Formats: sequence, C-alpha cells, structure tokens
Amino acid sequence: MTQEQHSGQRREEAQAQETEQEVTAAAGQDAGVDDLLDEIDGVLERNAEEFVRGFVQKGGQ
Amino acid sequence: MSVHRVMGLETEYGVLAPAMPGANATMLSAQVINAYAATIREARGRIAGTHWDYTDETPLNDARGFVQPRAQADPSQLTDVEPELDAEQVALAGGDVTIGSTLYDAGEYDHEVLMNMVLGNGARLYVDHAHPEYSSPETTNPFDAVLWDQAGDHVALAAVRRIESLAGLPDVHLYKNNTDNKSVSYGAHENYLMPRSVPFDSITAGLIPFFATRQVICASGRVGRGMLGSHPGFQVSQRADFFEAQIGLETTIRRPIINTRDEPHAHWEKYRRLHVIIGDANLGQVSTLLRTGTTALVLSMIEAGTAPELELRDPVAALQAISHDPTLKTKVELADGRRLTALEIQWIYARAAAEHSGATDATDEATVEIQRRWEETLQLLETDIMAAASTVDWVAKYKLMTSYAQRHGLDFSDPRIAAMDLQWADIRPEKGLYHRLAARGLMETLYSPEQIARAALNPPTDTRAYFRGRVLSQYPEHVVAASWDSVSFTVPGARRLERIATLEPLRGTKALVGDLLDQQLSIHEFIATLRS
Repeated sequence: MTQEQHSGQRREEAQAQETEQEVTAAAGQDAGVDDLLDEIDGVLERNAEEFVRGFVQKGGQ
Repeated sequence: MSVHRVMGLETEYGVLAPAMPGANATMLSAQVINAYAATIREARGRIAGTHWDYTDETPLNDARGFVQPRAQADPSQLTDVEPELDAEQVALAGGDVTIGSTLYDAGEYDHEVLMNMVLGNGARLYVDHAHPEYSSPETTNPFDAVLWDQAGDHVALAAVRRIESLAGLPDVHLYKNNTDNKSVSYGAHENYLMPRSVPFDSITAGLIPFFATRQVICASGRVGRGMLGSHPGFQVSQRADFFEAQIGLETTIRRPIINTRDEPHAHWEKYRRLHVIIGDANLGQVSTLLRTGTTALVLSMIEAGTAPELELRDPVAALQAISHDPTLKTKVELADGRRLTALEIQWIYARAAAEHSGATDATDEATVEIQRRWEETLQLLETDIMAAASTVDWVAKYKLMTSYAQRHGLDFSDPRIAAMDLQWADIRPEKGLYHRLAARGLMETLYSPEQIARAALNPPTDTRAYFRGRVLSQYPEHVVAASWDSVSFTVPGARRLERIATLEPLRGTKALVGDLLDQQLSIHEFIATLRS
C-alpha cells in the first residue's frame, strides 16, 4: 500500500467517525421503542462481561 | 437473465455450552448432530444416510487450472476425508475424562456417535471442524434458498431443545453468526451453479467490486473492528475484517474475496459450482433473499458478458473501509481514479441488471421482485439508513443497539453492547434478539414458522435433492451413504452397494421420479427400475 493510499484511508476513517455520530443521534426515536428496550433488558444475559469473555469459538471456514 | 439457477446455502453455527467452559467444540458439535438424530429416530424409528460419500470431493482443485499439492494444504482444507472423534479428543474435552459420558448419555445415544447426517429435506447436517454445519438442499431460486436456509435454523433449534430436555446434560446454545470477536471466524457459504464455459477471469472481474459492496444491503453487523475486535465501534459486516486476499483456494486462512475451490458436485465438463465465502450468515429472511437474489442477477450478467466493468484499486481495503463506516459515506477508489461509495457501486450493478433483464425479457415474478427490492433497499439506505431496519440485518441490529445505548448512556465499547451483538444471533426465539424483534413484527418475514417446519422435513421438488430426501425417508434401512451427487443403497442379497449417481442437479425431481417413489416399490424393484 502506498503512502498516499494510507493517508486516504485515514481520511476515510476520520470522516466515517464524524458521520457515525450523526447517525447515532438520529436513531432510537421510534414510538414503542421503550417497550421493546424493556423487554431486551429482561432477555439479555445477566453478566454481559462474563458472557462475552466466555464466548470462545474454534476455527472455521 | 433471471434469478433462477441452482443454489444452496451453508451455515456453520457458533456453539457454546455455558455450564462447561472449555468444552471441546467438536464434541459439542457432534452432540448437536446426535441430538437431532435422536429426534428423527424417535419420530420414524430409524435414521438413514449417516455416511457421507467422499468419492467426488476435490477440495484442492483450483478453478485457475491447477491442483494444490496435499502436503502444502492446511489440514482444515482436507474436507474430503471423514472427521473422527477419537479417544484423544474425548480426553481433551475440557481435560475431563468423564466428559464423554457426560455429553453422551448412554440411554440417549446407545448408537455410534454420528458426525454426519443426510436429512429427509435433502440437506446435510454434520460436524465441520469445530462447528455444527447445515448445508441446505439444492434449490432453484433465491426464495427457495431462503426457505431451506431457515429450515436449517429450525433443525438446529430442534437439536438444542432435545439437549435441553435431557436431565443431566448441560445446555448447548447455537449462534447464527460468523465470529467470536476473538480472532476466530466461521462461514456462511453460498453455492451457485454456473456453466463451465464461463471464463473464471470474467467471474472474478465481475464479482469483486460487487462482493466488496454487497454487504451494505445484506450483511449482519458487528461490534468491534479488526480480527480481534479490539478497536471499538460498529461495522456493517461480520466477515470483512477476516479477508486478506482477492482470490485463492483457502477458506480458513488467508481468506479470499473469490474462492477458487473447483468441486462442482456435478458433471465436471458442464458445470462449475461457484463457492462464495464472503457473505455473513443472516437471521433475517429478506437479507438472505437480497444476498442470494442480487448475486444471481450479477452472475447472469457475467454469463452474458454484460456485467459492469469496474475495478477497485484495492478491493480488500475497500471491503474493510466500507464495512467500517455504517453511515455509508465512505468513498473507495477505482482503478480509473474515480471515487465512489458502496451505494453508488451497487446502483451501477442494479441499473445494469435492470437493463439486462429488459433486454432479455426476463419478466418472471421472482426476478422482478428481486430487482424491485434491490432498488428500494438502495433508495432507503441513501435517504434514511435506519428506515431499512425491517429488512437489512445490520441496520436492524445497529438501530436496536443505538437505542439501547442511548437509554442507558452507554458507548459501543460497553460489554452490554458486545453481548447484544452475540445474542442477536442466538437461534432460540426467547433469547435471540433478532427473534425478539421478529416476534414484534419489526422484521419483515417471507415464510411462516409452519412453512419453515415443513421445509425441515421435505425436500425442494425441482432438484436432485428431491430424490435424495425422498429415498432417505422412504428407504431408511437401505440408504447407507449419500453425497451431493450420489446415493448408495444396500439391497438384500446383493453383494455390492448400488450407487446411484446424481450428477445432474436438475434431474431426480418430483416431475421425473415422483410417480416412481409414490408406487412404494420394494427396494429390489425400485433399484431395478432406476437401472432400467
């Protein structure tokens, strides 16, 4: 990869981060979403950190 | 020019036994296969087709015209030999010598431990390395591909339920995802039948820009970046960060955008089976439809020589840059110097497909619907990404996580968001977050649970899967082995097996053998008629 492409990619990533914040701010304003989030709270594994740490897979295709 | 062609989907499920951390993944996978076998045995008295016929497997043949020497292949590439679950693996399972008997309750599994099954719907269910895998039966269009892919989730869930119901056995959970976010990825492969006469170079050229950008309409979303997921943030695709090459034979290391495995499972001179390894597993039915349907349209253009002529300057970097930007604004560079977004590149393909369908008078319902959905999805993603949440899996996941993060004041590096990413793909309806959304009517579905349950037991009627599935159900005591392109029968009194080749994917259909099977002949008469 050339230097020019490198800096191009970095520019892309910086730009992506800025715009990601815009999208995040616009989401999650649906009616009924509270109800759904209440349910998700009840369904989520109780110890998220332990669950994520324990989710180990062996190689695959 | 249409979306109709022979295709099939493979799913490697993530497998976890929370009560047994460190349990051997091959053992757990075998347990899933055997649990499903037990459900079939219970319903039908016996099971058939537990041996895979490896005769026509050629995983080291490269479509570029050479064969990789066996000694140079990674062991995981040798998929043409029977995997074994030996005493060593049993002993390795968690370092616990009693674990074998813990997993295989004698009353439940008093038969041999199965590593492979062929199902009555024509699918293969087996232990692939360290994952249970469901390979769907051959179907003839994207809609059927979705239905029999969903049937795989139904089969997997039946196995999970069986294990849950047995006292003393630890629960096993299955996940329809593609990474553990700790460097490991496992696949959801697609297979498309093509005429061998199409030059492989044109397939590669036509597909690379399409595959680098297809993720925006059908990927499944992932929290974390890099193979290790160590950089925070949400990205579009599960698989993008695990690809390192444009083209190659491997599927487990140095993964290529275009896989060259030349193993047609059909008449070699007539066909190639394009083995696509770059896609994400989808829980969502519409995302699966878009993934297979748009690919079928692009393959038709490639065959006709009308695919758009685009070339990315660095396809692997483009694939990852696009995945890393869920705003879809990232531009990637083409070889001619233009810089386009993934959506702009997808529009080029979509418009070319519409034009080509028009020119070739492809006006069948399925083709028209795929084209319409493709364009509608691109329009939605262009104007309001979150509006595509009911059909595009990564958007649905992103929207749910974003809402949850806002409510609790979390950022995307919080373990709760990482847990949501994994739990999205839990196949249990009461735990899987995709399934919770679908239960609320927030995900568009194409098939009802009843239709999916039927497809788990019955084969498609218009491919050789019909023959395979029907004979397994009808002559279970006589089918000793099967593969994609053969079924082997044992006939009482005969000295050798009767191996029936099924090298034409569009033969063995209901139209061709339905009447014969309906006659309920004895196995002698049945084989004699097939041979006549």
